[in-house]
Amino acid sequence: MSSMAKQTPQRANLLQGTLDMLILRTLLYGPAHGHQIGKHIQRTTNDFLQMQHGSLYPALHRLERRGWVTSKWAMAPDRNREFKYYRLTDKGRKQLVAEESQWKQMAEAVARVMWPTGEES
Amino acid sequence: MRWRQIRKRDADVERELQSDLDLEEEEQRERGVSPEQARHAALRAFGNRTLISEQTRAVWSWNGLENLLRDLRISVRTLFRSPGFSMLAVLVMALCIGATTSLFTVVRSVLLRPLPFRDPDRLVMIYEHFRDPSMNAQQFNYNPVAPADYYDWRAQTHGFEDMAAWRYWQFNLTGVHSDLPELVSARGGSWNLFPMLGVQAAIGRTFAESEDRPEGNAVMLTWSLFERRFGGDPSIVGRQIHLDGKPYTVVGVLPKWFTWPDAKVQVWVPYATGLPPEIFTHHEYHFSRIVARLRPDVSLASALSQVEAVQYQLHLQNLHAPVAEDVASKTLIQDLARDVKKPLIILLCAVACMLLIGCLNVANLLVARSAGRQREIGIRNALGAGRMTLIREQLMESLLVSIAGGVSGVLLSLAATNWLVSTWIDLPNVQNIRTDAVVLAFACALVVASVLLAGLLPAISSTSKGAIAAPQPSPRNAVGSQSRTALRQTLLTVEIAATVVLLIAAGLLLKSFWRLQTTDVGCATDNVLTMSYSLSAKKYDSPERVNAFNETLLQRLRIMPGVRAVALGSMLPGAGAGEDDAFTIPEHPPIAPGTVLPDALFRTADPGYFSALQIPLLQGRVFISGDRVGRPKTVIIDRLLAQQYFPGENPLGKHLHIVPYGNADYEIVGVVADTLYQVSQPAKATMYFPVLNGGSVVGGLTLAVRTASDPLGLSVPIQKQIAELDPELPVSDIFTIQQIIERSLGNARLSASLVLGFAVLSLMLSSVGLYGVLSYLTTQRTGEIGVRMALGAGREQVVRLMLGDGLRPALYGVVLGLVVSAGAVRLIQSMLYGTRPLDLAIFAAVAATLLAVAALACLVPAWRASRIDPMQALRRE
Repeated sequence: MSSMAKQTPQRANLLQGTLDMLILRTLLYGPAHGHQIGKHIQRTTNDFLQMQHGSLYPALHRLERRGWVTSKWAMAPDRNREFKYYRLTDKGRKQLVAEESQWKQMAEAVARVMWPTGEES
Repeated sequence: MRWRQIRKRDADVERELQSDLDLEEEEQRERGVSPEQARHAALRAFGNRTLISEQTRAVWSWNGLENLLRDLRISVRTLFRSPGFSMLAVLVMALCIGATTSLFTVVRSVLLRPLPFRDPDRLVMIYEHFRDPSMNAQQFNYNPVAPADYYDWRAQTHGFEDMAAWRYWQFNLTGVHSDLPELVSARGGSWNLFPMLGVQAAIGRTFAESEDRPEGNAVMLTWSLFERRFGGDPSIVGRQIHLDGKPYTVVGVLPKWFTWPDAKVQVWVPYATGLPPEIFTHHEYHFSRIVARLRPDVSLASALSQVEAVQYQLHLQNLHAPVAEDVASKTLIQDLARDVKKPLIILLCAVACMLLIGCLNVANLLVARSAGRQREIGIRNALGAGRMTLIREQLMESLLVSIAGGVSGVLLSLAATNWLVSTWIDLPNVQNIRTDAVVLAFACALVVASVLLAGLLPAISSTSKGAIAAPQPSPRNAVGSQSRTALRQTLLTVEIAATVVLLIAAGLLLKSFWRLQTTDVGCATDNVLTMSYSLSAKKYDSPERVNAFNETLLQRLRIMPGVRAVALGSMLPGAGAGEDDAFTIPEHPPIAPGTVLPDALFRTADPGYFSALQIPLLQGRVFISGDRVGRPKTVIIDRLLAQQYFPGENPLGKHLHIVPYGNADYEIVGVVADTLYQVSQPAKATMYFPVLNGGSVVGGLTLAVRTASDPLGLSVPIQKQIAELDPELPVSDIFTIQQIIERSLGNARLSASLVLGFAVLSLMLSSVGLYGVLSYLTTQRTGEIGVRMALGAGREQVVRLMLGDGLRPALYGVVLGLVVSAGAVRLIQSMLYGTRPLDLAIFAAVAATLLAVAALACLVPAWRASRIDPMQALRRE
């Protein structure tokens, strides 16, 4: 328990700011509920990004408050139970594009410093 | 509406989390895990559910108000859980904030707020200024202006829109319908004074130019006299009142707010009214105050330089007379506050010092408490409370304490301000002292500063990484305790240093006050009753009439039972400087033109004056009844005058020539011992003239009656004797000499006792702080001490160990305080009388007192530490 508590800040810091973008990207495939979103990100990154529920749910609600996603309780096709599904809005789509290009610039900039051209890493 | 939405959203969040949690559990089960384990695995994967739902909800909370309310609730609950601490902290804050606010109220009204005149920034007072440094030492650097100088300035300079003059005066006010006579304080103001200040009469009008002449008879009433004596009846305007037996027509009543330059003034007459016409051509009768309004397009320096040029010409034309070379200016506020500025600033510094100590003490108490609550904070942190939340909560606590202290402090300051204003003698601008928005804003700023000082330090230290690492059960292992102890010791050091500074200031002021009080003014002070009267020039129009009244009165009083001796003169020792005059000595070679003329205080005395007041005669004789008008002119000088101006020669038989007093030679017939004109001032050369020379003296005559027993009991019989001789003659200022002296020392006593009060309070606060720190340290180190004792440490060793811990910050504080004091005492140097600022005895006494109190405060916890039972202490591990 205590070792986990120590890891938490590092992971959270890693995700800071990018979590919103990851969630929006995930919702591009279609509406999903919190659990699905978390699992998807975790699976896609081969469990490198351990999804913390403590960041996920506040992030979802933050996105909803900003109007980038909407939510709706709906029946799950396979479970016969209602889940809260999040859906990407048009505003959210624009935001995703903006964040994506920003992230790309950032990554390229970092890469240029870290691995200058002509040098093998 | 809003709340329902919030509740709905809360339920929604709960439902969402629950459904996802259930799903996680289902998935685990589908993987073949047992239901029990699946549930645990799901919970583990999910983490702190309460925290998640709280943080999720926080996304929706608006403006953090919810958080604020929650913090408030927690803080109130915490504070009520330890009412003793809370009361103490609030009380400390209330005292400190109240005292600071009060002093600020007074300082602001007296020193900062401009007077309520039109464009007050462009108004200045102009004085004559003597260049000679010895004259400056005698406070001639701001000398009242002669009327002829004023008229020349006004006519020949152009830097000021206008200049107006006023002078001191007093009248016997007698009613038209045989009302009681009354001595009223008056001012003579030139006709343009009120228009220049922008003051209009509340009823009627101000003076016209044609009324401003010696034989004029216009008078204005101030509001207080108008209400008190004339019942606020506006029909008084246009009617006549009698001043010194002469009819004056009331032309107007001044507005209620106009209490300048002194709230005691009852009537205003035009500047020239009542003055002998020849006085306006003289450049050496210094009795006028000049107010001038600067032109908007001219700088003060250039306007003054014009006046200065005129004044220098006047000086050159009057080299034989005391006419100053320069002029000097002051703002109206500086002029009013000249005597109170220094004490006010010192008191403000003292009270700020106390506020600092108070805040540090509350900070200390909070640190002590947060140490006690270390486990609570650790647990709450583990449960998900962020550092900011914890800091916010602690700040909220100090905010509550400071606000409660601030509110009670402001209430306290209302009472304290009233008390201060009524106790402080001759505080200028009193009527404008009030608690207004600016004062409240100042109090708010104080509260904010206290919150930050008292709350932020402990909050940051107690929530630092080490302190909240984990809920440690053993107090010995607390990682944060080291840094926290260091912080507390630093706070204590500063607190004690500030206390030392305050104590030393208080000690110096007290010693100086004690010196003042034990000063010998040079005359009898026990059982001497004094009272003043002023014979009106109309009724007593010849020196013979004046003498007849005075001599009859003296004869009657001398035979009254209980009266030992009676003296009559213009002024008594200890009652102030009064008039002074320049003189020359005909027997000496004429002094070079332009050098400063000899100058001495002017007094009149009757033949019995010196024996009645027990002022020893050193040479020659005292006055006899033959020293009177029409006989050879005589004068008696004091020892100081003889020493200064007749060194090595016998003054008897020599003469003093005095221009303003009949322009005649006076033969010196006697030398008497020195007296002090004011207790706090060095003695000044004095000359005495026979009271039987007759003539009226501005300020009237003062009677001193030495009695066998309680002097005040005789005041009514004496007043009756006076009333029998002249029922229209008012008697004023009935005091004993002791009362007069005490009154002149009142402000010195006030500032000394206030600073002492602040210092004692600070000492108490510091010792409480010291006690707190050491008690805390003792609890903190119980285990360690137990080990030490188990290993064979004796009880004395433990006491010594703990004492060392407590006394170290005290020692540092004392040293720091002594160093700071050595610099700070320069501020109060000019307020000290007969006391050096670096008074070693006081410095040593303060250091010793503080260390003793510190040792006492440390002794209890140290002793408690030595009583620790090693077994018990170790079992706690």
